[in-house]
Amino acid sequence: MAGAVNLLVQSHPINSALSLIVVMASLAAEYLLLGAEFVAAVQVIVYAGAIMVLFLITIMLLNAGKEVRSKGSHVATLLGVPGVTIGALLVGWTLVGRSSTTQLVSIGALWGDPKSIARLLFHDFLLPFEVTSVLILIAIMGAVVLASRPEAIARDPRKDQ
Amino acid sequence: MEIPLSYYLVLSGILFTCGVLGFLIKRNIITIFMSIELMLNGVNLSFVAYAAHWHALSGQVFVFFVMVVAAAESAVGLAIIIAVYRTRETLNVDQVNLLKL
Amino acid sequence: MTPNPYLWLVPILPLAGAAINGFLGRRSSKTAITAIALVFCGASFLLALVLAAGFRSASAPYYFDLAHWIRSGTFQVDFSFYLDQLSLVMLLVVTGVGFLIHIYSIGYMWEDDGFYRFMAYLNLFMFFMLTLVLAKNYLVMFIGWEGVGLASYLLVGFWFTKNSAASAGKKAFLVNRIGDFGFLIALFLMIKHFGSLDFAHVFAAVRTLPAETAGAGLLTAIGLLLMVGAAGKSAQIPLYVWLPDAMEGPTPVSALIHAATMVTAGVYMVSRSSAIFERAPMAMTVVATIGTLTAFFAATIGIAQTDIKKVLAYSTVSQLGYMFIACGVGAFSAGIFHLMTHAFFKGLLFLAAGSVIHGVGGEQDMRKMGGLRQSMPWTFATMAIATLAITGIPPLAGFWSKDEILWQAYGASWIYWLIGVITAFITSFYMFRLMYMTFGGDYRGASPQPAHAPDAHAHDDHGHGHGGPHESPWVMLGPLVVLAFLSLVGGFVGYGNRFEHFLAPVFQQGAAMVEETSSDSGKGTETLLMGVSISVAALGWLLAYLLYSRRPQLPARIAASLGGLYQAVVHKYYIDELYAVLFVKPLIDGSTAILWHGVDQGVIDATVNNTATAAREVSDQARHMQSGNLRSYAGWVAAGGAVVIAYMVWMGVTH
Repeated sequence: MAGAVNLLVQSHPINSALSLIVVMASLAAEYLLLGAEFVAAVQVIVYAGAIMVLFLITIMLLNAGKEVRSKGSHVATLLGVPGVTIGALLVGWTLVGRSSTTQLVSIGALWGDPKSIARLLFHDFLLPFEVTSVLILIAIMGAVVLASRPEAIARDPRKDQ
Repeated sequence: MEIPLSYYLVLSGILFTCGVLGFLIKRNIITIFMSIELMLNGVNLSFVAYAAHWHALSGQVFVFFVMVVAAAESAVGLAIIIAVYRTRETLNVDQVNLLKL
Repeated sequence: MTPNPYLWLVPILPLAGAAINGFLGRRSSKTAITAIALVFCGASFLLALVLAAGFRSASAPYYFDLAHWIRSGTFQVDFSFYLDQLSLVMLLVVTGVGFLIHIYSIGYMWEDDGFYRFMAYLNLFMFFMLTLVLAKNYLVMFIGWEGVGLASYLLVGFWFTKNSAASAGKKAFLVNRIGDFGFLIALFLMIKHFGSLDFAHVFAAVRTLPAETAGAGLLTAIGLLLMVGAAGKSAQIPLYVWLPDAMEGPTPVSALIHAATMVTAGVYMVSRSSAIFERAPMAMTVVATIGTLTAFFAATIGIAQTDIKKVLAYSTVSQLGYMFIACGVGAFSAGIFHLMTHAFFKGLLFLAAGSVIHGVGGEQDMRKMGGLRQSMPWTFATMAIATLAITGIPPLAGFWSKDEILWQAYGASWIYWLIGVITAFITSFYMFRLMYMTFGGDYRGASPQPAHAPDAHAHDDHGHGHGGPHESPWVMLGPLVVLAFLSLVGGFVGYGNRFEHFLAPVFQQGAAMVEETSSDSGKGTETLLMGVSISVAALGWLLAYLLYSRRPQLPARIAASLGGLYQAVVHKYYIDELYAVLFVKPLIDGSTAILWHGVDQGVIDATVNNTATAAREVSDQARHMQSGNLRSYAGWVAAGGAVVIAYMVWMGVTH
């Protein structure tokens, strides 16, 4: 939570990225508390390890500096912020109000060891698994095309001559 | 030790809210992206909490998928940011307003 | 009541003629148009004669139901026709005089470009008038009533390119409509209280009601409203203003519509509703009063008019007043008798005036006429017969009918009689004035140059370049002669109360009243009154002779000495101007301000325009949503999401 708030408060994107890493790490710890050890591991490896690194690389590549004051959107501040706060408060109030009816979760209630997860993944969720892998492939190709310099793509037809 | 489920859900909600607020307030595109990741994390937490609550492992499997999709999406998104930066020379989201009528 | 299957043909034949001439006439030859018009009108006349020949009082009245019309619950109105003694008289008058005027029009309108239109309109008028006369219920009569108003508009405004003619047509129609409004309200009252508009039903219901001698009641209301309608149609006070202006139409129109038939529709309607009037003494008094006042009033205006047709127009209004006096005192058959004789001599007067106008090349001002006795002998002779008839010189037709009315009026109240006699004097005076100015002395008109042609075309003329005034062709003189003959002998129909006995089955109560009055005062008084009216007519002739034949300078001196009064009379007592200020101007101003600016522009146009403006402005505002600004999109999404969450929470809480 602290990390999340810090993300909002910081003005330099690097600081925001670092606070996001803090958030991810703490979430991994939460998952462990809940007994989802495989998920926690994946969280650290994929999220904190790969995605955040990607963010840091991009920030440094683009030399992003401190945020400059610019003409914002009236709608965003006047409508969106109150809207989301109200929504969040409502949800929170509902949850807290119903907390008496929700059960308690004990630490380590459900062991999510890799074996059982793998069983689920490759039996019941096989199709989503395969589709997701195709999705990643497309994402890679798209990222390469989008991020490359325009001349780099135009050069290829000439190379074939 | 027993922790009430609602604590986890409230935390998830707070994370999500921070993500949305960041999306609305921040001006740097990259920071906005990071807020999106924050939102996704909040949702993940709530999935795992419910999986533990109902003793259903499919909740964790779904978290796995969400993470994969988030990875893909952040890769493509960052590539787009780079492309946009090349043309607009700015990371300020208010100046990327070619969608204007 | 016996059915007669030929009744419906009488109105329909002229309608067929009107349709053929109207649609095909433009490309037909004049001979063809004439043939069609005459054939259909003549067929109608022949049929009327056949019906008359076969008419037996025992099996009367005849009826014929043509088709169903309105069937609404217990209320029922059909296209039904009806022939009883009263309708028969009207039928013969309308078809006979109408046919003669058709013949006359051939000669009169031959040179006009709109010849086919004229003949078509004439036939159309005949159709409507015959529908009116042969109707079996008030609603079919109303069709004819409105229709003759329409035909009058078409025919009065026949030369519609002339502004005054178009306005006169409009005026005729509009003033008529005011009267029609009263008629319509009367019909509504009848429907509400009697549940039917059929003559038989209504009169049967009315005869069960007691006479309203105490005060005004339903029958008085109906009677007064019917009188409003009759005042509009028959040009009585206060709705007579359209008739003098209607002289803008061609003279055959004036003869047919404004002398013989349309204006008598009001008298016919009042006579037909005799059952209602007899039980509403107050309404009868009103009718008689209006008739008396109109007769006197119009006659006074007629003294000072210089246009030959206007004199005759006011004379018509005055004579119609006589007919209403008759109806007002309960002598309905006398009123119808005068209607018949009036059709003869007034129709003749108008046609002869048309002949005069035709002969002098379009001039209508009597001051520019004179000395036509030698150049137009036949016209002079027939017109003289008509003048004698109208002034009530025995043994011509007008004497019998006018005297009968005066006698019946005397039986009701000596005031009616006195004013009637004075009006007779004035009538005699202005008619002989007309005769002397037109036919006596020397010709005062402009020398007959072709230069007359331009303004002559505006009237109804044929730009004769040769000679001075001349006699009209025989196609025009023929009807004059026939009508003159009828004016001579037409009065003998009513000799010795034969006419009243003929019409007695129609006016059941009226017959009794007639018997009363004639036995009350005895023969002596009747002869005395007869002598009074004859001497009065002679006095008028004498005065006219003195003023216009012996000493022609005298009238101008008298006029000058009377000053303001004379001016008022010449300008028709400024009634038209009064109406303009009282009614026309406020109506037009109110219409412009409220209906045009207020409603048409303010509401209807504004609705359409403002709808467009509103659409544009709404989209103008909505445009701001698409700003291309990412954060505002996100803001909208967040807000929308909050709404959805709130709704779900609220649903969850309230269930």
